[in-house]
Formats: sequence, structure tokens, C-alpha cells
Amino acid sequence: MSIVAKVFWAFISLGVVTIWGLTLNGIVHKIFARVQGRLGPPVWQPFIDIFKNNAKRTAISHGIMYYLGPVFRIAGGIGTYMFIPVLFGSPYFSNFSASGDVLLVMYFIFFGQLGMALGAGEGGHPYSAIGVSRGLSQMTAFEVPFALSVISLAIQYHTLNITDIVAAQQGSFLNWTLFTNPLAVIAAMIAMLGMNMYNPFSVVIAPQEIPIGPPTEYQSAFLGLLATNRGIFNGAKLVLFMNLFFGGATNIFEMVAKTFAIYMFSVFVGAAYPRFRTEDSIRFFLKVPTLIGIASVLLFSL
Amino acid sequence: MQELLDNLKELYALNGITLRNPSLAWAEVTPERLVGLLTQLRDAHGFTHLVLMTCVDWLEDGRFQVTYLLHNYTTRQDLGLHVYVGRTASELPSIHTLWEQGRVYQQELHEMFGIYFPGSPGLGEPMILESWDGPPPMRRDFDTRVYSEETYSHRQRTHHEPEQHMKDRLYPED
Amino acid sequence: MSDIEQKDKPATQPEWVKDERTLTNSALPSEEQDWFCDARPRRVEKHWQVLENFMNWARAHSLWILAFGTGCGAIEMRPLVTARYDISRLGMQMRPTPRQASVFVIGGYVSLKTLKRIVRSYEQMQGPKFVVAVCSCAINGGMYWDSYNTIKRIDEYIPVDVYVTGCMPRPEAVLAGFNLLKKLIREGKAEGQNLYADKFDWYKANQKQVIKDWNMPDYNW
Repeated sequence: MSIVAKVFWAFISLGVVTIWGLTLNGIVHKIFARVQGRLGPPVWQPFIDIFKNNAKRTAISHGIMYYLGPVFRIAGGIGTYMFIPVLFGSPYFSNFSASGDVLLVMYFIFFGQLGMALGAGEGGHPYSAIGVSRGLSQMTAFEVPFALSVISLAIQYHTLNITDIVAAQQGSFLNWTLFTNPLAVIAAMIAMLGMNMYNPFSVVIAPQEIPIGPPTEYQSAFLGLLATNRGIFNGAKLVLFMNLFFGGATNIFEMVAKTFAIYMFSVFVGAAYPRFRTEDSIRFFLKVPTLIGIASVLLFSL
Repeated sequence: MQELLDNLKELYALNGITLRNPSLAWAEVTPERLVGLLTQLRDAHGFTHLVLMTCVDWLEDGRFQVTYLLHNYTTRQDLGLHVYVGRTASELPSIHTLWEQGRVYQQELHEMFGIYFPGSPGLGEPMILESWDGPPPMRRDFDTRVYSEETYSHRQRTHHEPEQHMKDRLYPED
Repeated sequence: MSDIEQKDKPATQPEWVKDERTLTNSALPSEEQDWFCDARPRRVEKHWQVLENFMNWARAHSLWILAFGTGCGAIEMRPLVTARYDISRLGMQMRPTPRQASVFVIGGYVSLKTLKRIVRSYEQMQGPKFVVAVCSCAINGGMYWDSYNTIKRIDEYIPVDVYVTGCMPRPEAVLAGFNLLKKLIREGKAEGQNLYADKFDWYKANQKQVIKDWNMPDYNW
């Protein structure tokens, strides 16, 4: 396939994952509302919010870095997504995956948060700074079990290429990493709870405590961009986890079903548990999940 | 309680001692002896809690009545002290050295009645009446209605007696 | 500033050149005057009616409330997010920062001290912004009609779109007020932001008349 066609299809798949990620957000809000005995917003509410935020007539800026914060964030989201093959064996939905792309993807997951931290700091609001410090420290903590589980996978499959990892899991569902390397999957799924920032680990945006953390000063189209990125980043993370641990997908319906199921894990936990404080969540990540990750690495390297 | 007040009566020239019930008494004291009395009550007689500090404007007598209410946690007794001070250029000793929260009460009394407490920190800063330049509004010679009508614009009102209004609306032919 | 006033300006003069219409922020200390903007709010014209209708639909279905409890009526806002009334099914949510909110709910009586904060919060909101004044006190002073420290008519200081009467109104009444606001937005009649820009001098004069120690920037966004 020529590079032009590749770019074209990459944009198509980006559109698909944006819509799917935002719909997932809407579904999650609906589920949380039903758990609390409310009707909840309609499933398409995230789309309306994005339209509205982009339709705001005025917007203010606090400087160059403030402008670039959401841009870095969405660049991180798109960058994460662009190097993950969405459908195994499909030439259209494989994006730009290449050898060694797990490392690149992990870098991009970090990249957006860092850019956002710089931008939110320029906003000058003290709650932004508190949210940023909490977010970065919590992210550093959950990266440890996630990185250990990826290392374990690399030892197990002798590759860092996501397409090869997916290919190794084809055949029967018993070939999925979930069954061949369960310890790594447990460590990574706990890390995903931190990544999704639902309830035990929602102290970053703690809505009743520090109003909403890093994006306190962001408004209008900036907020629309951040909300769009929430959809893309959600989709990208879920597709990555599906590829690494749950055998990937060969068609779009399988992708939708599997990502939905993976997401429900963090939603169930989020609806049932109260919130950790920052130091508690860091301690939590550095204890059990890290030990599980180390065990899975040792298991495959010895 | 009676015994305690009898002991203090000579020393601090207490007036008008009334015992409402075994655990509540009132007494009057002059401004000069106030701080000494409060210090002794707090340090020697266990009245460690300043419950409140408030003011009544006796316009007809031309004086303010400032009340200090103290509480003793061990004997569960309340003791109220009245201090009378003139309405013009009123000045009382500050008690923020005895109870730190006295500062807030004094700030409020200064703002609302215009009583001056020398040395009380933050006395001139506005607490409730930010952006206010009128006279102290809780003095009884301040007419709040006239001030309100002069200062703010009012929306035109119509008054309806509820019974008559509903009659007119529901049964206009009667 | 409105179109007519804009024409008075020489066409060659760029926006940032200071003239007599530039705000001075003269109430602030001299070293702080440059920290805040000196531009007036500007009227925003809509261009494409079809697009505007669609955006108004989106605005009406995604009302974000500035949760600022100004008076006792703010108590009636809390039941709105509970399971019984649940405004989130209408696409509304409480937003903790004025930057992201689009509806300002004046909950009850407005004292002078609160009015300063209301003006600043209102100016920090990004347009189009709407104001719902709840309780009789915000309409005509209510039971504080002769109070020395309560503003009697909030609509002389910021533009108000919808009033909800009652002391205090039940949450159903507040919901009815929000429904009316939605209707106004979809009809394109909730143009408080443009009204504030057009009559900026009048609003500022009213505000400065009652706020005696004006120590804020003239226009704070």
C-alpha cells in the first residue's frame, strides 16, 4: 500500500476510534449514574459537550505554553494510537506500526501528560499545579507495573513489535497472553486502573476537592480539544491492551466487543471503590502490582 | 457561684449581680477593671471559654451595653459580664490577649457599632461590610430603610392581599 | 463594543493602540494596572444562521452551571444533582470553575461583598454565558427590601436571562427555569453576553456606584 493510502486509512481509523472512545465515555457516565440510582446523561452527551465547547465565542490564553498544552496532549493521544495496529491482518487498520513500537507507544502515553503539565502550569491556577503534581507522581507509580509487564511480554515473545505479539496469540483463545502469562496481565490491568483515572485513582482531577485539577483554567476550544483527546486516548489504550493481552482483533466488531469488556473492568472497580489519596495510590502501585510484575519477569527469564 | 461573686465584688466593684439559676449569673463591671476581672476569672476560677461577646444599643440611655459571656467547663457554669460605654467615641480595652478569638468579635463590633478597641489586630479591616462607607449600621439611630432607598434602586412593587387577589381572579363576577 | 462605535475608530489604527476607550484599571496600584487587560468586551456577531441554530441546540443541551452559592437559594441547587431530580439527564452538570461554566446561577440575596465576586466571576466566564437568578431576593430584594447591604435588582449589574421566583423556589421551579432558559437559547434570545458588551459603560457605572471601594480591574477576563 502506498504511503498516501496508509495515511488516508490511518485517519479513517482515527475517526473510528475517536467516536468509539467518546461513546464509551458516555456509556461509562450512564453506568455510573445508574449505579447511583440516577437516570444519567444520554450516551451521546460527550459529543454535545465537545460541540458546545468548540462553539464558545470567546477564549482566553495565558501564553504560548498554555496554547501548546492541549496540543501536546492530543499529539500524545494520536501518537499513541498511530503506532498501534488496530485489526490484526487488516491492511487498512494497521496504522503505522513497525518493529519496536511498544516502547514508542509507552513513550507517547507519558508524553501527553508531560505536555499538559507544562501547559496547565502556565495557566497559573494553584489547583492546576496541585493536580499536575498528583497526576505526574501517580503516573510514575503505575508506569512501573505496566513497564514490568511489557518487559515480561518481550521476554516471552522475543519481540517488541505489537503485530508480532498479536500474531503469536492467534489460533485458540488459550494462546492469549491472559492464559500464557497471567501474572503480567494482572499487573498491567491494575496499572490500567490508574491510567483510566476512575475511582480508586481519581485523585488527580478530584472534582470535589481541587475543582478539576490540571484543566482548571482551560475553557472553550481548549477544553473541547482535551475532551476529544479523552476519546482518542481511551480508545488507543484499550486497543493496546487488547493487542498485548487479549489476542487482538481480526474485525471491527471483535475490537468493539473486546475493548468494551476490558473497559468494563475499570468501570466496575471505579463504581464500587472510594478514592485513594495520592501517597496511598503510589504505595499501592509500588507494592503488590510491582511484585506481581517482577514475578512475571522472573518466571520467563529464568 | 454566689460565693465567687461575693469574693470578687469588693475587688472589682461589681454591680447588679443577679443569679438566674445555679449555673448562670450576670454582673456589671466598669471598663477599667474589665481586663483584670476577665484575667482572674480565666486563670484562677476556671472560666476558660469565651462563649460570645456582643453589644446592645440603649439609644434612650445613650450608652452601649457590651456583654462578655464566659463558661466554666469543670463546674458547667456560665457567667455574663455587662460593660456600659458611652455611644460617642466609645472605647473599650481589647481582650485579644486573653482569648485570640476576641479579635473577631471586636472587629465585628467595631464594624457594626463603631466601638474602638485599641490594639486589637485587624480592627480597621472590613469583615462583613466590604465596600461600605456609611455609618455603623447596627446603631439604632441609623435608619436602614432610608439608607436603602437612597442608595439602591428598587423595582416597582405591586401588593396583593392573597384572599382578595384569588377571589378577584377566580370569581370576578361576585 | 458595538458596530457604530467601531466605525468611529480610524481604520488604520490597530486594536492595541490605546485611546480614550481603553480601560485604565485606575483603581489598582500603578504597578498592577498592566497585569490585567485593558480591552472592552466586544459584541460577537453571528454569521451563519444554520450553523448558529445547531450550536444553540448544543449549548442548550450542555448547560454547565457555575456552582457559586451566593445566598440561601444555593441550598436548592444541591437537590438538583441528586437521584430525585438529576439534572445530568438534561446534559447539565455543576462546574467548579467559571472558565468552563456557561450558566451562572445567582442563588438568592446579593450583598455588596458578594456583588464584587459575582461581577468578577461573571466576567471570567466565556461567552455565550447565561444568568439564572433564583429567589425573590435577587428580583426585588425580597425579605431584605429595606436592608442596608443587599442589592435589590441584580439585573442592573449583570444581564439576567431568567428569573425564578419563590422564597425559596422548589427544585421543580428551578428546573422549570432551566427549561425556559433552554427554550430562549434555542430561539437565539439569550444574548446576555452581547447585551453586556453593548451597555458595558452603563453596567460599569451601576456597579461602581454601589461598590464604593472599587479595587478590581475594570474588565476581568
